[in-house]
Amino acid sequence: MIRVELPPHLRTLAGVTDEVALEVTGAATQRSVLDALEARYPVLRGTIRDHVTQQRRPFVRFFACARDWSHEPPDAPLPAAVASGAEPLLVIGAVAGG
Amino acid sequence: MSGVRVLVGTRKGAFVLAADGKRKQWDVRGPFFAGWEIYHVKGSPSDPQRVYASQSSSWFGQVIQRSDDGGKTWAAPGGGITKSAERMPQGESNKFVYDVSPQTGKPLTTHQWYDGTQHPWEFKRVWHLEPSLSDPDTVYAGVEDAALFRSTDGGTTWQELAGLRGHGTGPQWQPGAGGMCLHTVLLDPGDPRRIYVAISAAGAFRSDDAGRTWRPINRGLKSQYIPDPTAEVGHCVHRLALHPARPRVLFMQKHWDVMRSDDAGESWREVSGNLPTDFGFVIDVHAHEPDTVYVAPIKSDSEHYPLDGKLRVYRSRTGGNEWEALTKGLPQRDCYVNILRDAMAVDSLDACGIYFGTTGGQVYASTDAGDSWAPIVRDLPPVLSVEVQTLP
Repeated sequence: MIRVELPPHLRTLAGVTDEVALEVTGAATQRSVLDALEARYPVLRGTIRDHVTQQRRPFVRFFACARDWSHEPPDAPLPAAVASGAEPLLVIGAVAGG
Repeated sequence: MSGVRVLVGTRKGAFVLAADGKRKQWDVRGPFFAGWEIYHVKGSPSDPQRVYASQSSSWFGQVIQRSDDGGKTWAAPGGGITKSAERMPQGESNKFVYDVSPQTGKPLTTHQWYDGTQHPWEFKRVWHLEPSLSDPDTVYAGVEDAALFRSTDGGTTWQELAGLRGHGTGPQWQPGAGGMCLHTVLLDPGDPRRIYVAISAAGAFRSDDAGRTWRPINRGLKSQYIPDPTAEVGHCVHRLALHPARPRVLFMQKHWDVMRSDDAGESWREVSGNLPTDFGFVIDVHAHEPDTVYVAPIKSDSEHYPLDGKLRVYRSRTGGNEWEALTKGLPQRDCYVNILRDAMAVDSLDACGIYFGTTGGQVYASTDAGDSWAPIVRDLPPVLSVEVQTLP
């Protein structure tokens, strides 16, 4: 199981109160994890990445194992600790006012 | 007993204010969608339990929410949890994609940017939701960058009415200070095929074939801030209003100027008359008197607050030109709030109620057609929109 920690607004939207655990088929990448996340919580489609281009929304960042993965290619493997479920993939709203 | 439900969108959530027909005691519910910008909340005229809300954030984009119990509970249409990860994703309620199909769409052109260069169309948010007058599952969405979308399945999926953006003048449209938004959608109660929309800063447009084709209706408007003050498009229309019994008569609050058309927008004439300033955002019409019109004058396009620190609604009982200040119960000193374009509404009880919200978080109500006012709430987040449902 892969663990994903969502920012508060998206937890509310998805109706979850804690991090979510997802079954991901194949390699654990940004794309495969987000595909699984959106399949389980369709309301999150378009909130983390654009509906059409699949590009990460500008104020959303991905962190894992104390490293910024936001600018890695979407099909690059995530760290083994994320793939094994030892560490979560963090989805974070950039600090930009509000 | 009859009652009213006031639907309030704010910078940080939505609120539902409910009262019986006396409109003295108010039940305040919310915030719903706390922390999100709620540009607009509006109920279906044909099913008052059906309410739509536009929820957005700069971080996470646009979501449409729907209530089927009058605003008590909400859900994103089609956005629930699927039973298995293998199932194809659903939940298109936030998918607003400009139509570029060869059959119905047009090539996604560019529009004019602030500096006069051309700029690509980019979806940002839904400003206004206009439910159909007859079908609770049909709803229109006016969006930024300006376009009109329609859903016929209760907000689950959306299709652009691409004839508006693609009719030819699109490359001349430009953003106003708030963005290039389609903020007003009026459905003609006498002709289900007629739709009016308004765009900042492009102007007013009309369709006579249910949204398939469109044309500008801006003859008579004069805007000194554009190179050709009487151009076909480029006018910063802030709001349109009509009375259901007389839908060919339109009232407009433009950036500057209050305007009136008696021929469904074919031509306009100024009716600012004795207003102390004719800049403003809101305009609305009394529920039972088609010639009684309300505006809230704002000092200027750079000073977005009332003149002299006095919050005054102005009422004309003559369809414009002759205006009277309504001040009783409104702050008459040190008041520097704004009233945004979607933040005034009327109920249709026998004694017509008028409601408006301010950027200071107050929602004021008048139960005597504007003669006197009282706040329903004083301390909400900045109010973006106010709509009213009159309940049987």
